[in-house]
Amino acid sequence: MIEARGLTRSFKTRERVVGAVRGVDIDVGQGEIVGFLGPNGAGKTTTQRMLTTLLAPSAGSARVVGYDLAREAIDVRRRIGYVAQSGGTEPEARVGEELVDHGRLYGLSEAEAAARGAALLERLDLQDSWERLVKTLSGGQRRRLDIALGLIHEPPLLFLDEPTSGLDPQARANLWAHIRALRAEHGVTVFLTTHYLEEADTLCDRILVIDEGLIVAQGPPEELKRGLAGDVVALTTLDVEDAGRAALVLEARSGASAPEVEGVVVRFHLPSAADGLPQVFRALDDADIAPVGVEVHRPTLDDVFLSLTGRALRDEPVAA
Amino acid sequence: MTTASQTWLIFRRAMRLSLRNPVWVIIGLVQPILYLALFGPLLERVASTPGFPAGDSWQVFVPGLLVQLGIFGAAFVGFGLVAELRAGVVERMRVTPASRAALLGGRVLRDVVVLLVQGALLTVTAVAFGLRAPIGGVLLGLVVVALLGAAFASASYAAALRLGTEDALASLLNTLAVPLLLLSGILLPMSLAPGWLRTVSDANPLKHVVDGVRALFLGELGSPTVVWGVVAVLGLVAAGVAFGTRTFGRESS
Repeated sequence: MIEARGLTRSFKTRERVVGAVRGVDIDVGQGEIVGFLGPNGAGKTTTQRMLTTLLAPSAGSARVVGYDLAREAIDVRRRIGYVAQSGGTEPEARVGEELVDHGRLYGLSEAEAAARGAALLERLDLQDSWERLVKTLSGGQRRRLDIALGLIHEPPLLFLDEPTSGLDPQARANLWAHIRALRAEHGVTVFLTTHYLEEADTLCDRILVIDEGLIVAQGPPEELKRGLAGDVVALTTLDVEDAGRAALVLEARSGASAPEVEGVVVRFHLPSAADGLPQVFRALDDADIAPVGVEVHRPTLDDVFLSLTGRALRDEPVAA
Repeated sequence: MTTASQTWLIFRRAMRLSLRNPVWVIIGLVQPILYLALFGPLLERVASTPGFPAGDSWQVFVPGLLVQLGIFGAAFVGFGLVAELRAGVVERMRVTPASRAALLGGRVLRDVVVLLVQGALLTVTAVAFGLRAPIGGVLLGLVVVALLGAAFASASYAAALRLGTEDALASLLNTLAVPLLLLSGILLPMSLAPGWLRTVSDANPLKHVVDGVRALFLGELGSPTVVWGVVAVLGLVAAGVAFGTRTFGRESS
């Protein structure tokens, strides 16, 4: 559905040329839900705007739904839906009017656009809102209307830019269910950007991690997490001195990664905590160190991101 | 779907939204009527000044007001587009296969229709104040004003798209509005001006448009003044529409 090679976009600022997207390759197959994950300013939206014909790439090429982005932009537009982060509805317009007018821009007849619009409202739990003014909808309802608009021409590929940002957890979970249903019932391919790890983790089949305009990792969420050496273990010791000694003991042991000490907490990775922890405890016991607490967790995408970029996802992007 | 039917679709949508909240249409109309009521009577005396053009003061003043309506009614439509940009409406329409010219043209058409209604109401009100002019000339004058409005509306939308914020658009309009207004002879005819000022204003196409509409209101349909006025307004339309369609067609705006 998407086949992009070396997609690049640079902006000229007063002093220099800044590379917002610095050559990304993207492949998305039929029926996939692919997440584009990265901090704000990493280049997610810029890449998506290039793939949706809104922004001309400075370099590189892409085929979207089988058509060349640069030479066949109109054919691409006919076959994609795009829901921008800010949405795209007129507050003073009525829900039904927006759906019909938008469908008509794709060449649907008035009756066809109205029928499809009504069916979409039904599917997205917005029935009975046909006559309502857009400004009277809640945030979650408006987001679903945006998605309905993006689907009015039944595109095989849907782009969503930060679909759940600003929604409360309930509305977010509800939207995830709708996005899954789109794929399950209609085979729609979805390419979404997000800076929520949870969203990428629970919703997406595959994730592309982008940082500073480059794709730094990609794969299914499980695989990305597995790639990060095993389990994360956090040991709490009695005092700072014990923590330092524990770190030395762990360092001497093979099989554990270099431990990090933070106060009385020592953090390290084990290929498998279930197999490795007993030995760790024995070694500590031999050194006369008694941990007061232990915590084991599977690595999260947060850890993946941290290990790939050296920064936590919620950190501010490095000053551009 | 042809560009014409897409233009019609965008026009209908824009018109529907304007009618739902017609407060700006009304404000746009009230201002010229205030000029008519509060400034017009002053001109009845000024009309006897040497250098004042032929015709009675209303035949000189009302064309000026119509042109002013055409310029300023249309020049401010960009603010509406900034709001649409912010709401994401423009971008949503730009990802459809719709013709970019239709996205612009439909909105401009709405503005021209609003302008014609305002201009017609203004003219009828002026008759009540004492305007007497040949009907053919008045109708042609309204056509010229509509064309002027199309030129300024296109340019205003293009400027809005390029600037993207109300603040930037407001400073641009304020910078341009006062010199254009003073050098066009809209309020007082340039025939009253000293030689140097007249020369400067001759370079302003709007001055020729105002003179042309005034000549139309005097019934001088085939006069050189009218021809120059029409040439000037067509030039402005060509420039405004070219600027507008180029900007709307750009990939990255």
